[in-house]
Amino acid sequence: MKEFLIGKLSMEALPHEWFTIGGSAFFGSLVIFLIILLTVTKRWGWLWKEWLTSVDPKKIGIMYFIVAGFMLIARGGLEALMMWLQQALGSSDMPGFLGATHGYLSAEHFQQIFTAHGNIMVFFVAMGFIFGLINYIVPLQIGARDLASPFLNTLGFWLFVAGVVMVNMFFFVGGEYAATGWLAVAPLSGAEFSPGTGMDYLIWSLQISGIGTTLGAINFIMTILRMRAPGMTLWKMPAFTWSSLCSMIMAVTVFPLLTATLFLIFFDRYFDTHFFTTTLGGNAMMYTNLIWMWGHPEVYILVLPAYGLFTEIVSTFSRKRIANYTSNIIGMIGVSLFALSVWLHHFFTMGAGADINAFFGVMTMFIAIPTTVLVFTWIATMRGGRIRFTTPMLWFLGFIAVFTFGGVTGVMLAIPPADFQFHNSLFLVAHFHSNVIGGVLFGVFAGISYWFPKMAGFRLNERIGRYAFWCWMIGFSLSFIPMYIVGLMGATRRLDTYDAASGWQPFYVLMLIGGIVIAVGVALQLVQIIASVIQKRRLHDATGDPWEGRSLEWSVSSPAPSYNFATIPKVTTRDAYWEMKQQGMPARTYEDIRMPKNTASGIYISFFAFLVGFGLVWHINWLAIVSLIGVIGCVIVRTFNDDTEYTITAAEVEKMEEARVAKAKALHAEKDTGPDEDMGLIEFVKIAITWALNVIRTRQWRNR
Amino acid sequence: MAKHKLNRNRSILYITLWVLALTMLFAALLKGTDIRMLNPKGMIAQDELKLIVYSTAVLLAIAVPTLSFLYFFAWKYRESNTKAAYDPNKKHGKFFIFSLWAIPIVFMLVLAPVMWIGTHELAPQKSITSSNKTLTVQVIAQRWKWLFIYPEQHVATVNFVQVPVNTPVQFDLTADDSPMSSFWIPHWGGQLYAMTGMTNTLNLMPTMTGDSEGSSAEINGEGFAGMKFIARASSQQDFDDWVLRVKQSPNVLDMVEYERLLKPSENNPTVFYSKADADLYDTVVMKYMGSHDHHMGQE
Repeated sequence: MKEFLIGKLSMEALPHEWFTIGGSAFFGSLVIFLIILLTVTKRWGWLWKEWLTSVDPKKIGIMYFIVAGFMLIARGGLEALMMWLQQALGSSDMPGFLGATHGYLSAEHFQQIFTAHGNIMVFFVAMGFIFGLINYIVPLQIGARDLASPFLNTLGFWLFVAGVVMVNMFFFVGGEYAATGWLAVAPLSGAEFSPGTGMDYLIWSLQISGIGTTLGAINFIMTILRMRAPGMTLWKMPAFTWSSLCSMIMAVTVFPLLTATLFLIFFDRYFDTHFFTTTLGGNAMMYTNLIWMWGHPEVYILVLPAYGLFTEIVSTFSRKRIANYTSNIIGMIGVSLFALSVWLHHFFTMGAGADINAFFGVMTMFIAIPTTVLVFTWIATMRGGRIRFTTPMLWFLGFIAVFTFGGVTGVMLAIPPADFQFHNSLFLVAHFHSNVIGGVLFGVFAGISYWFPKMAGFRLNERIGRYAFWCWMIGFSLSFIPMYIVGLMGATRRLDTYDAASGWQPFYVLMLIGGIVIAVGVALQLVQIIASVIQKRRLHDATGDPWEGRSLEWSVSSPAPSYNFATIPKVTTRDAYWEMKQQGMPARTYEDIRMPKNTASGIYISFFAFLVGFGLVWHINWLAIVSLIGVIGCVIVRTFNDDTEYTITAAEVEKMEEARVAKAKALHAEKDTGPDEDMGLIEFVKIAITWALNVIRTRQWRNR
Repeated sequence: MAKHKLNRNRSILYITLWVLALTMLFAALLKGTDIRMLNPKGMIAQDELKLIVYSTAVLLAIAVPTLSFLYFFAWKYRESNTKAAYDPNKKHGKFFIFSLWAIPIVFMLVLAPVMWIGTHELAPQKSITSSNKTLTVQVIAQRWKWLFIYPEQHVATVNFVQVPVNTPVQFDLTADDSPMSSFWIPHWGGQLYAMTGMTNTLNLMPTMTGDSEGSSAEINGEGFAGMKFIARASSQQDFDDWVLRVKQSPNVLDMVEYERLLKPSENNPTVFYSKADADLYDTVVMKYMGSHDHHMGQE
């Protein structure tokens, strides 16, 4: 009876180790703080109506940023520092502490940390940021008021959130995460070698958010293909939209593979099937194949949107059209096609014959061709331009240095005999961090600072942004060049301890120092946002076009109205807005606009989906079944809801547009009162101290 | 628009200083250390290093000019340089588009055949031709140690393997009651997975005497970091002497001892067995092939 009711749950599942107590205390107090804050400020209704149930892709995009940014700092980044600290202390001649033989973490705990680090950084940081950017920008770039299915989009986001909650759930219940490496390769991840619930948390966290990704991707493909403004043919689409389309088509192609693979390993663990076990005809090598058939395209799903947005950033800040747009776009399509046929290079060392290894090596090498073409088009775009070194452009210049060497080492790894040496070494780890940090994360930072004015109505502080950029670059070179070197010295990845005679320790210490410098960079990025809010009057974007932009998102005011475009633009050329500016903007006519209504269905479905996962993690079958019925019920109810839209009349639109223009003008008029420069760090600290003293003195959070 | 001040000359100076400082720091730290991949002590590792050096050279030949052009243009076409030509709607000719694609294709065509041939030449399964007779060593990855069986010498060792120098060695790799492990001796050559129920063959040939480090490169559970072994290459004479010494060891690897050894254990010391069952390796491989579930029966 007890087993029926609560499955494998017991008192031991409650937090009792320092990291679970710490983690649950941190997340618990954060939730309590938010509840108190919302209650005191009476913001519950506002939060629910304006944000949580919103189907506006712009708001969903911002929510993606908040969740991904939080996960970057609170989990992924912290875990990176924890790992580097362990490795800096992990030399075999140094005594351990906190009960560990070496360093301060047990082997098991260290392995859980790098597993979680990988899962979180890929699924909940990189994917979150990329989906945030696509949500906010793509509809604006194609001149659409909304998405093909606003509901699918909110559902995708809330499934992503359910995955985030699931990946943190072990702090509260369970006490362990998977210790298998981020892809949880079988048979290590099977019931035989990983009997604990940590692996189940991994499965359900990835499963739920992965399904969300598939739904989101379907939605964006439909949106891009069906909802472009009149005249915008495929070959007139902005590069970022093109890259998003490629990325989302890849996602739809491979995410079902992830779903299927996770189901199979779940069956192995739950129903004692033998897909990937060592015994009874199971084939673990099949898992490796299946997971990488998804896993390799996944990294390109992440990096393609970065290619697209860098193309636009280079073009905008060089004040020049993209050099050979066609080659650039074909380059991106080429990358996405090749990316689907190279997965085997992740396990040349599994023992396939020379023909198979050589084939996949050649395919991998060929990815370098369209990628190099992209780099060449960027160079040619800069040539003969007028380049402004704004922070997005700085991120591009940093990206290209890091990414080129990531690409060079990538091709080296693509050569099977060389890979026999590089594989599983820190050289490999340094390689993919060059690409994921240099490519995806720098891309995201460039994208956010580029489009921030569109999202917030004011641009970001350039000065502190530059400091943050340099911290990232210095920290990155201190962390990852040593990582390449110890890799060549023979250090394998995932070691919590190593022989003192190896001479690796100084390099691990450098990695830790680099990690701290990167952390300072992240802190400066937060300071940058706060400083920009303080100075937002001065940084105000009155025109909606702060960078002299080229695509349609810059044609609307900042921040964009909920309906994006009062008048749907007619597109005749590439760089549609640039051309409009040259030829004069068309006159505005207002019309009735139909917009989707808010819905909480996504939240309900994701809540039940989370419970399905939680029930299956702990073998509470009734909970899983009841919740599954809940999911299906919510979907049915939503399907029969025909009342999903409302109308804004032409008169209302006109009123809203006039109000926006008036507000922008008013802000513009008082804009020049402040200091002329973007504030620096010293000024920021002064303001912060003054504010803090004022709070203490007056016991009031705000002036007035 | 804000003024975007960026003192380029100072930036370039700082970046140069930073690169110099890092280079000197790394050079100092690397003094006296063993960069295993660049310091091969075996034929295969040597050949793999040649491929690595060749590919690095070819790739840098395209990457360095590319980056140089990019940063040069970024500097030359800066906004404040009003003397530079500005053509916002520049149209590119056929030659430009041709070279856009031709340059990377040419570079990859330089690399691809070398890669194709190298992959076949250095396939781990391919036996090495030598005047010396190939030595076979059977390797069983267990949690978390390596068991080496010498089928011709009828001896076995744990976490230690000795072979004669300049003699081709064929490692037959399998695993027992263990997740995938990866058998790697960086000085001798690249790695290969050891998996249950099958044999992977890795051919290596040390060309210098001395001890090298070996480990499992693939995560396989809690004791993963301690799953290391010594790989020793010695003269044929020393090898024969060593085999004779091992034969005097009191330890015998029969099935009872094997089952004891199989139990998960961490940071295992070196063990020598004077006798090993001749068909032990095959038994271990076949154990996973039938329909009978060995492990379920045990539990």
